[in-house]
Amino acid sequence: MTLGFYPGCSLKGSSREYAESVLAVAKAFDINLEEINDWNCCGATAAHNMNKELSLALPARILSLAEKQGLIEIVVPCAACYSRLTVTKHELSKDTELKALVTEANGLEYTGSVSVLNIVQFLDKYITPSLGGRVVTPFDHKVACYYGCLLVRPHEILEFDREEDPQSLDVLMLKVGATPIDWAFKTECCGAGLSVSRTSSVGRLSGKIIGDAKDRGAEAVIVACPMCHSNLDMRRDAINSYLGEKIDIPVLYITQAIGLALGLDRKALGLQRHFVKVTV
Amino acid sequence: MSSDTHHSGISGLGGEVLEHTEVKVSHCYQCGKCSAGCPLSQEMDYPPSVIMRMLQTGDAALEDKVLRSFSIWVCLTCEMCFARCPMSIDIPKMMDFLREKSIKEKKSNPKAKEIVAFHKSFLDSIRYTGRLYEVGLFVDYKTRTLKILDDLALAPKMMKRGKLNIIPELIKDRSGVAGIFRKANKKNKN
Repeated sequence: MTLGFYPGCSLKGSSREYAESVLAVAKAFDINLEEINDWNCCGATAAHNMNKELSLALPARILSLAEKQGLIEIVVPCAACYSRLTVTKHELSKDTELKALVTEANGLEYTGSVSVLNIVQFLDKYITPSLGGRVVTPFDHKVACYYGCLLVRPHEILEFDREEDPQSLDVLMLKVGATPIDWAFKTECCGAGLSVSRTSSVGRLSGKIIGDAKDRGAEAVIVACPMCHSNLDMRRDAINSYLGEKIDIPVLYITQAIGLALGLDRKALGLQRHFVKVTV
Repeated sequence: MSSDTHHSGISGLGGEVLEHTEVKVSHCYQCGKCSAGCPLSQEMDYPPSVIMRMLQTGDAALEDKVLRSFSIWVCLTCEMCFARCPMSIDIPKMMDFLREKSIKEKKSNPKAKEIVAFHKSFLDSIRYTGRLYEVGLFVDYKTRTLKILDDLALAPKMMKRGKLNIIPELIKDRSGVAGIFRKANKKNKN
């Protein structure tokens, strides 16, 4: 089976291991993820902070290219890209004038026919039904499932999971043998795009997240967004200095945790690329 | 300021917000849940509920302060305020509009210099390559901010882990993407 695939920029660079683990898990279930030809950046936070038209035209170009390629569903593992693509679809569906403007700027036809799946929707639809029998090494650890912002908010547009205390990652982790903990920072912001321009804020925000996970006995934090991952993993020095202690709880992408349960090779899942050593 | 504009919020900046984003600042009744839930409110000069109140007054001096505030730039668009607002006011959408206007009118807060520079460097990378080129972004950002030493230790660590591409990924239709930027920027100047 073949599905469309929009990796986005992070998955080609600083979050390479997310792409590696998504592709490895898909392959294990004979799913071919076909990249959208000549895709561009979704514009991320920068575009919607600076220029509304740009923030819609860039994702619309991606969706148009997917349509042109005959893709019906596209898997978008990055929560931020997923948010931008879904918001764009929403905005263009309710405003024909805006849609005309964007189509003109892009010079590409756009009908809005492509379905955008976030990582959990992809896993739930195509992997979960046959996951049970495939678990060879249960992920037998206490985990803090961290959803962050853009996977679940705004609910009015995304209509995915609950805004407060979401469950979808917890349910997935239960299926591979983990024990998800009850904790308070599931959907608190990690500091996202301020990672470079205001690292101190990221140290504080991500510090509270890692601090609570540790206080409640988590052995790993499970994420579904490259920005969350880079802040919680790559910014661990800033986090530790905010907390005044050295916390070495690793942060895994949901697909890495599932991959481990499936018995996939650790290197194929990119675990060696993390800053905080993955000991689970 | 008439009592009419006070209640309807259709004049001034609040009116512009309504026109461009359909967000009704007049619907805010100051419960403060946005400010309580906002992860950045302690770093802001005016927390979100105060921004709402400033816009409700229709007072030009207060509106100017909103556009010159640090709040609008340190806002991460985490969407927590919108999720918890009992009136379902889309504050993040309003923030996008205020940021764009603040830039257009050259009113961005000096404390937000690095944040704005990062956005500009980010967009420049997409404009020229079609995708984010992280090395280029760092260099461009450092040039804009002269924060040469920040994160210097991070690059080799990322490189060692295969997290940094030295050579940018160039898309084929770069002129198409550059065209999108040209049109969007042109419209912005009108």
